[in-house]
Amino acid sequence: MRETPLSNCERQFLLKAIEEKKRLDGRQTYDYRNIKITFGTDYGCCIVDLGKTRVLAQVSCELVAPKENRPTEGILFFNLELSPMASPAFELGRQSELLVKLNRLLERCLRNSKCIDTESLCVVSGEKVWQIRVDVHVLNHEGNIMDAASIAAIAALCHFRRPDVGIQGEEVTVYSTDERDPIPLSIYHMPICVSFSFFLQGTYLLVDPCEREERVMDGLLVIAMNKHREICSIQSSGGIMLLREQVLRCSKIASVKVSEITDLINRALENDKKVRTEGGKFGFAESIPKQRITVLKSDGALLEVTNLEQKAEGIASGAEPISDLGRASSPVVRAPGTAQVGESLENAWGLEQLEEEEEEEEPVDQTMDEGQEKEEESLYHKKGEVVVISDSEEEDVVILHPETKVKDSDQQTSSSQQQGTGVTKKKKKPVN
Amino acid sequence: MAGLELLSDQGYRVDGRKPSELRKVQARMGVFAQADGSAYIEQGNTKALAVVYGPHEVRGSRSRTLHDRAVINCQYSMATFSTAERKRRPHGDRKSSEMSLHLKQTFEAAVLTQLYPRSQIDIYVKILQSDGGNYSACVNAATLAVIDAGIPMRDYVCACSAGFVEDTPLADLCHAEESGGGTSLALALLPRGGQIALLQMDARLHQDHLDTLIEAAMTACKGLSDVLDSVVRQHLQEVSVLTRDLGVCFSASPCISVRKPPALYLL
Repeated sequence: MRETPLSNCERQFLLKAIEEKKRLDGRQTYDYRNIKITFGTDYGCCIVDLGKTRVLAQVSCELVAPKENRPTEGILFFNLELSPMASPAFELGRQSELLVKLNRLLERCLRNSKCIDTESLCVVSGEKVWQIRVDVHVLNHEGNIMDAASIAAIAALCHFRRPDVGIQGEEVTVYSTDERDPIPLSIYHMPICVSFSFFLQGTYLLVDPCEREERVMDGLLVIAMNKHREICSIQSSGGIMLLREQVLRCSKIASVKVSEITDLINRALENDKKVRTEGGKFGFAESIPKQRITVLKSDGALLEVTNLEQKAEGIASGAEPISDLGRASSPVVRAPGTAQVGESLENAWGLEQLEEEEEEEEPVDQTMDEGQEKEEESLYHKKGEVVVISDSEEEDVVILHPETKVKDSDQQTSSSQQQGTGVTKKKKKPVN
Repeated sequence: MAGLELLSDQGYRVDGRKPSELRKVQARMGVFAQADGSAYIEQGNTKALAVVYGPHEVRGSRSRTLHDRAVINCQYSMATFSTAERKRRPHGDRKSSEMSLHLKQTFEAAVLTQLYPRSQIDIYVKILQSDGGNYSACVNAATLAVIDAGIPMRDYVCACSAGFVEDTPLADLCHAEESGGGTSLALALLPRGGQIALLQMDARLHQDHLDTLIEAAMTACKGLSDVLDSVVRQHLQEVSVLTRDLGVCFSASPCISVRKPPALYLL
């Protein structure tokens, strides 16, 4: 499916906000979204949540013949897949530019940096070596797949255990997990990618762009570093022109971020190890928080409440009080042949005996303290007649006890109360 | 480093160069009569050929047309006889796709695409002999080819590779130095403004050395830009003699202003 293009006003809004150093989700320029790392029941399976971007990495191993020019080294194979599950713009099987870019970056970041000791993967030199395969699947695309994929891949590699191998002379025995404990891979360091997005010809920089920000960015700079402040890979993409100072500044920011993320990964690994040794329950099922289906849960939205009372007072005092509590004069000049029925208008259908009541409505602010609430005029009507309540969205209005006075306040206020004995109203307007 | 010593005690590299010395560069423009622009470059033992077609109407899928600028389509390929071992390289494998993407990105930054809306510029590059610095040779050849085609650019795009051995930056790596396992950085630069169009680095390097490495690469690129400039002028001189175009004259330096989007005028 073709990606829906971003509208011009949305693009301008985003760029304007970035100029004012504001981001859509309220983050600062150098802030990452929340990172959550969970491991599955099998060794080598890891899901990383970076905000809403979700990536799954799985490591597996197999005994194969080594490459001819490197007979004593194991083989590392990386594969990243974008499925339509992540975003409707991704098509299965089609090798898009993004896919090539992500795959090559992941390969270069993890393979060329020599983070894994491939010599230790050799079983029989020239004949049998371990081939470690890392498959990364993107489950949800909400921006910055590269960072999430690199975190997931390296966490899964650290988590993985390969089967133990015994060599007796010419014989090679591969022990299953029941016979002997599996061995972890020997990992020298953990390279992690940090993405920097540039906007407005390189004037503004953001770390960890979300999906919307990715759409309006000019270009991207990915720096892969490890905890020891060694840069494992740099790649600039998009048609941007960088200056040397920008690159150096980004590398400094990256080193700070990488050390934080490395700590996070180590902590997650330790937690998992602890749970496994203690015999507790581990895996994805345990890490999903218990949520009831019946509860409507949504993230709270931030509301700016500075000087709320003053603002409300200002609005309230500025509003003019309605002086005329009587019948509102009809704003429409009636010509012969026209008639009107509706809210607060005179019913001119010729049924003169039917008197309508009026409701003085006035928009009120949201605060409970301030605001002028106008109560409805008491209904006066003839007995037995159906009273039309002014909220004409209701179809059926049944008055059970027509004699009783109904005091009603405007439904639009948050503090509206319905005091009415026996007056039922269907389809109340939703209270904000 | 086991085996090959990339930097000897006297400060000489494997092929006898000093650390900041570039390889010998020879280039020629207008190699093919058929194409709109073409160029051939030799950087040491690395030989690259670039051909440019365009700007012309967008071929293939019409959906790729951009309403306000030209689409740049790059294709990178290596000849089967280019490396020491003859190896059949399938088109569209990941490494050549990645290189093509990088070339496209580099030239999208440099070419004034706003002048040709709804059209396409094709750049095809082929490596005839590979001895390290493949990307750099491609970019340099493509720059010359684009100039030969008469397509306006902001500035020359010069690319060079750089490495780091024993606290010394090396400029313009050959194959042995690249595959030795040390750091290798590829940089594409627009020399006049010092703007980096593409930056790519592999293998571990401590953060503190990054500055010196980029500096070495930028100096090498600036040196290369002088060479490319002289090649272009010489070619123009030859062509003008052939066509007896006496209206073409030369001044000491081309006039380019980096601030406004200009074309590359040689007055």
